Amino acid sequence: MTTMTTMTTTTTDTAGFGLARTLRLGVSRVGYEVRGYFRQGDSVFFTFLFPLLMLSIFSVAFGESEFGFDEAGAALTAAEFYLPGMLAAGVLLSGLQNMSIDIALEKGDGTLKRLAGTPLPVVSYFIGKIGQVLVTGLLQAALLLLVARFAFGVELPTEPERWLVFAWVFLLGVTTCAILGIALSAVPRTGKSATAVIIPIVLVLQFISGVYLAFSDLPEWLQNVASVFPLKWLAQGMRSVFLPEGFEVLERGETWDLPGVALVTLLWLVIGLIFCRLTFRWIRKDS
Amino acid sequence: MTDNSNAVEVRGLRKTYGAFAAVDGVTFDIRRGETFALLGPNGAGKSTTIEILEGYRDRTGGEVRVLGEDPQRAGIPWKARLGIVLQNTGESPNATVREQLSHFAGYYPRPRDVDEVIAAVGLEEKAGTRIRKLSGGQRRRVDVALGIIGRPELLFLDEPTTGFDPEARRQFWQLIRSLKDEGTTILLTTHYLDEAAQLGDRAGVIANGRLVALGRIDELGDAQSRVPIVRWREAGVLREERTTTPGTFVARLAAAGEPESVEIVRPSLEDIYLTLIAEHSAERAHEGAAA
Repeated sequence: MTTMTTMTTTTTDTAGFGLARTLRLGVSRVGYEVRGYFRQGDSVFFTFLFPLLMLSIFSVAFGESEFGFDEAGAALTAAEFYLPGMLAAGVLLSGLQNMSIDIALEKGDGTLKRLAGTPLPVVSYFIGKIGQVLVTGLLQAALLLLVARFAFGVELPTEPERWLVFAWVFLLGVTTCAILGIALSAVPRTGKSATAVIIPIVLVLQFISGVYLAFSDLPEWLQNVASVFPLKWLAQGMRSVFLPEGFEVLERGETWDLPGVALVTLLWLVIGLIFCRLTFRWIRKDS
Repeated sequence: MTDNSNAVEVRGLRKTYGAFAAVDGVTFDIRRGETFALLGPNGAGKSTTIEILEGYRDRTGGEVRVLGEDPQRAGIPWKARLGIVLQNTGESPNATVREQLSHFAGYYPRPRDVDEVIAAVGLEEKAGTRIRKLSGGQRRRVDVALGIIGRPELLFLDEPTTGFDPEARRQFWQLIRSLKDEGTTILLTTHYLDEAAQLGDRAGVIANGRLVALGRIDELGDAQSRVPIVRWREAGVLREERTTTPGTFVARLAAAGEPESVEIVRPSLEDIYLTLIAEHSAERAHEGAAA
């Protein structure tokens, strides 16, 4: 071991600990988190590639099934039918599932305790987490769109208005799901039980929200239940972007109801933020 | 109690959980630049005390100042002046040693050079290896490296050398001495009494939440417990004698013929420590019986 250079023990001034530093460290956390994410084999498979896998399976398995016709009379393919749902599921997995399990594990294994002992602001930590979800979510969506287009021949929309809707539904959805994930990370009592607590919630939501099953085929009471949660609205928003005109007649009220998508998701965003503020601690003091 | 020559000031510190007092009226100071060893058996209250000083736990009673601030209320600029090596944390990041250190260095206003720190903990060959692939002892070195990367004024070391092989432990001692030479204040808890004796200027011994001894390492315990011991074998039986004049005693023994397996032992910190703990347990048992 070598001797270190001489240190000066001047007291640290409080300058230089402001917002700029919080943001700089937040950006540094994003890089750190994204790198960690892609080195974690199981998270890459279960949250990043999972929707892609499901889209591929459904597109192949139901290649001969009927999913309705557009106004010109052309049949909707399985890939076209499932793409919006898988994009919404990706938002949920990358945001809520990944975030809640990740943070619960970090609470359990001492990562948060270590960070709590460093001068890292909590806000920088969250910037890192949400940034990671945005980056991985965007890559996931891009991959889904590429595979849908080039492997399964899905015609992607060309109207800029549709992509604008995609952009806000995606961003609002990812942010809301990430915040809800942070809030939900308080639920599992240990890091080890995180997967067992979170996965069933996520799975049930996907089944009742029109990701795997056509939403219009569900009984009305189940549709009502699903309408309380954001995933149903995210999937609906995605359908409005990728399904041909005329398919809105299958929705409730025969409309895409984009204001409803924005309203319910925003509401959940606010609920999530309040919960995070109330429940998140670096560590449980005195545990 | 704001003496600027003290890095840590603790007065009548108490921490209770229900009716149980984990820390019960502990008082001590650590001067700037000093290495202070906190000793005691498992469950004696060492870690509770250190975690209160680090800001991880709130105290029930008493006064605490760490670098002039109350850890319960101190903020980020205060944390930037500390280095914390916790007792084993179970995390295993996907980052490499160098990535992890570079990342953490960014949290501090005047961090040390990353490669210098990697060399200081002897991990040059593992710098590009992911931390989760390291052995337990190597991960512990990463913990130590993360504790010193921010050039702390005050370094907390909670059982830092657990899982180190003897050579690694010697290297670690060398590192701590160099930090000491630079003026770093160090609070160390350890189960290795030789480690406390090697590194510590002063020590406190905690048993059952109370400070039972406090002082310079070479002055711990009462005078009796530091009296040298002469051991030898006589007709196959091990004999020992406590004496303040061991040389004279051995000379007298030798006058009657060369004694078998003779040795003069100065009680080590470990001997003194064990005596202290035993005395304290006996007192408590006595108190318990009297109550």
